[in-house]
Amino acid sequence: MLEIRDVRVHYGAHPAVDGVDLDVGEGEVVAVLGPSGCGKSTLLRAVAGLEPLTDGRIVLDGRDLGRLRPDQRPVGLMFQDHALFPHRDVGGNVGFGPRMQGLPDTEVQARIREALALVDLVDTERRAVQELSGGEQQRVALARALAVRPRLLMLDEPLGSLDRALRDQLLVQLPDVFARVGCGVLYVTHDQDEALTLADRVAVMRAGRLCQIAAPEVLWRRPADEFVARFLGLHQIVDAEVTAGAAATVFGTIPVTDVPDGPVRLLVLPDALEVADDAGEGEPGLDGEVTRRRFSADRSLLVVAAAGREWEVPAPPGPTDRRPGSSVRLRLHPDRVHVLPGPSAQDHAPA
Amino acid sequence: MSMRIGRGVLLGVPAVFLLVFFALPVGTIVLTGLRPEGSLDLGVVPRVLGDPVVRRVAWFTLWQAVASTVLTLLVGLPGAYLLARVKFPGRAAVRAAVTVPFVLPTVVVGSAFLAVLGPRSPVNTALTAVFGEGAPSLDLRRTVTAILIAHVFFNYAVVVRTVGGLWSLLDPRLEEAARTLGASRWQVLREVSWPLVRPAVASAAAIVFLFTFTSFGVVLILGGVARATIEVEIYRATVQLLDLPLASVLALLQLAAVSAALLVYGRLQRRVTAQPLRSAASTARPPRTMGERTFLAVNLAVIAVLLVLPLAVLVERSLATDAGYGWDHYTALFGSTRNTVLAVAPLEAIRNSVLYGLAATLVALVVGGCAATVAARPGWTGRTLDRALMLPLGTSAATIGFGFLIALSRPPVDLRGSWLLIPAAQALIAVPFVVRTLLPVLRSIDQRLREAAAVLGAPPRRVWREVDLPIVGRALLGAAGFSFAIAVGEFGATVFLARGQTPTMPVAIFRLLGRPGIANFGQAMAMATILMAVTAGAIATIDRLRVGQVGRF
Repeated sequence: MLEIRDVRVHYGAHPAVDGVDLDVGEGEVVAVLGPSGCGKSTLLRAVAGLEPLTDGRIVLDGRDLGRLRPDQRPVGLMFQDHALFPHRDVGGNVGFGPRMQGLPDTEVQARIREALALVDLVDTERRAVQELSGGEQQRVALARALAVRPRLLMLDEPLGSLDRALRDQLLVQLPDVFARVGCGVLYVTHDQDEALTLADRVAVMRAGRLCQIAAPEVLWRRPADEFVARFLGLHQIVDAEVTAGAAATVFGTIPVTDVPDGPVRLLVLPDALEVADDAGEGEPGLDGEVTRRRFSADRSLLVVAAAGREWEVPAPPGPTDRRPGSSVRLRLHPDRVHVLPGPSAQDHAPA
Repeated sequence: MSMRIGRGVLLGVPAVFLLVFFALPVGTIVLTGLRPEGSLDLGVVPRVLGDPVVRRVAWFTLWQAVASTVLTLLVGLPGAYLLARVKFPGRAAVRAAVTVPFVLPTVVVGSAFLAVLGPRSPVNTALTAVFGEGAPSLDLRRTVTAILIAHVFFNYAVVVRTVGGLWSLLDPRLEEAARTLGASRWQVLREVSWPLVRPAVASAAAIVFLFTFTSFGVVLILGGVARATIEVEIYRATVQLLDLPLASVLALLQLAAVSAALLVYGRLQRRVTAQPLRSAASTARPPRTMGERTFLAVNLAVIAVLLVLPLAVLVERSLATDAGYGWDHYTALFGSTRNTVLAVAPLEAIRNSVLYGLAATLVALVVGGCAATVAARPGWTGRTLDRALMLPLGTSAATIGFGFLIALSRPPVDLRGSWLLIPAAQALIAVPFVVRTLLPVLRSIDQRLREAAAVLGAPPRRVWREVDLPIVGRALLGAAGFSFAIAVGEFGATVFLARGQTPTMPVAIFRLLGRPGIANFGQAMAMATILMAVTAGAIATIDRLRVGQVGRF
């Protein structure tokens, strides 16, 4: 449906978007994930027609958007921090697009009701936007973008300014809204949780280029390079030496397939390590010492010092005697280790 | 105890100043007008108002003010948008240049337009060069057109600063949001931008209306005998006709009209809606399309022709002599020991202006500084004082000058013949600008800084010296420069008060212009050029100091 082909947007000599190819299918939700300043918002603005293309093509439903002004493009854009019109009430904001389309007033009113119903804000038409809470403003902004019945809905950090509880609530509601609207969705965020939860596919962007486009599960299991891995919060990366299908690591030797001989970097996924005092000497693993216990979201983790660095391991269930200072053996599941291609990304860890 | 005394001084200084130099003179005028023979005679009001000449003057005052306001908005709004939203090389310089006319003395503006629109202007020289001797000759002197153009020249900066100031802070994504929702450029302007900047447009319109309604120097110089605003008529009634009741009733009429305009202005100010504002740096973009580049070019051309050309011609005229160009007029100004027109050496006028200006600046800073300190604190006292100090700005300078003349020359305050009168009148007009400049800075000081200093052992006066003063210092310097520029250029009140032997520069220019002869005209142009350089220099100093709020209401 949407085809972005080798798109470049330069600000003077600085390439904000530097050759991006991306497709969004009918009813598909694609998230563009990247650190701030990577060019992801500029990409959205280019699709909306707010930034002129330096090069490349943007095609929607077989039609080249290049010559169309922003108001002629069948896309909806939800801005970061909403950008609601302060001089209009909720109905005035949501009905703005339909009114611009020249629809008769009854139809405009119907569109307002329809869009507000979609975001669960029935009968709020006459309220002033300044009176709304942050979450309500968010939903009004979404309703405003939806009221024009866009072929493509674009959202720029839509949940960025909300507190955690509200964000989690909207994370549940949004897929439902996307499904009911049924158009393509391009979703820009710097938060991997949002991207992995909402998107059918995630495109990771860095310095104006896409590093990887993949389904969330694939992205998580097999990040394309160390930058992607670190941006997703996967920091357990080790050096290894491959010789004839076997990688020598601090855990011992583990089998790898289709990797040429030489030095590589290995990503140890969070569930690759487990506490296993019963592990035999022949299994890949490590001896270490518990330094502390840590809670992360819904999980309890043990921080273990071993082989000169710290590892995070899921804490075994049940009451535990693994106090700081006690020694522990870690077992490595070789199938949950991923070989990272490309050069070391030590120097560009995400901020 | 000492705190309360400090408070009393802070409030007392501006209050007494306002009482003696504003309430007393203006009040005396009102009473004199209504009591021509010592007893209250309201009959004079209908008599004056029924006079067809007065009616004509009132009607002219009103319609030229309305026309000037509309024209200024038409020319100024695109300029405001340009300077707020479009990034181009030299934008800062253009923005500074646009501000200069606003602070130029009315006499300089009048002289400049006399030079541009008169028969000897370069425009006519160019026409003759192109079409030969039979070319149509442009002479707009003593026409309404000249007055209107000069008013636009003068008030362009008001629109650019007031509207552009808000425009540059408006979130551009509101307009982008409207674009993605299907609004054309025109619809964005009508549906989003206009409603958001409308309050600023309205207050700019109110200020321009106020300034042009009370226009004095420009009309006096460009209008000739036939065209007079109420303000000019007050001057004539006093100085030429010696008809004090007429002058008083006219002053009353003007006070009423100005008060009404100020009331509307106050209303409009209150209706400003809270808006999401962005830092000005993030909202401007370079022009991209052909249309945007054309818009830029057209506006820069307007600025060049309307704002730069008159000043350039002024300088050109000051250098033009019978035999080409030279410094003749300047040497004449500095050379002759005694000028027949001025009754003193022209150099004296410059010296007078600078001395009066410095004194006025000192007075304005002390009074304005005290007032701003009081007004920055929460509570009704500060708010009331702030509003009261705005009143002189809305009162005609001629009324103030005239009021000084009759009220301060007899007990209880007898300052007859005192040199103090001129700086006091000039300070009265400069004080509102000082307060406007200092107040936002004072209000922006985090109260916790003062609290921290107090907790660390600083007594109140020490807190002021260690916290407030260093932060306000820069704004104070800016206010000083602005006050000086205003005082040096002040004409309306000074022309009443400056006696024959102590003219200031604007008064000297006016007297020179009133005499026939190319030498007098050239010397007037030379004097106006010097005056322009002095005020522009003061303003350039302010710009260097980056005091952002100066001249914004």
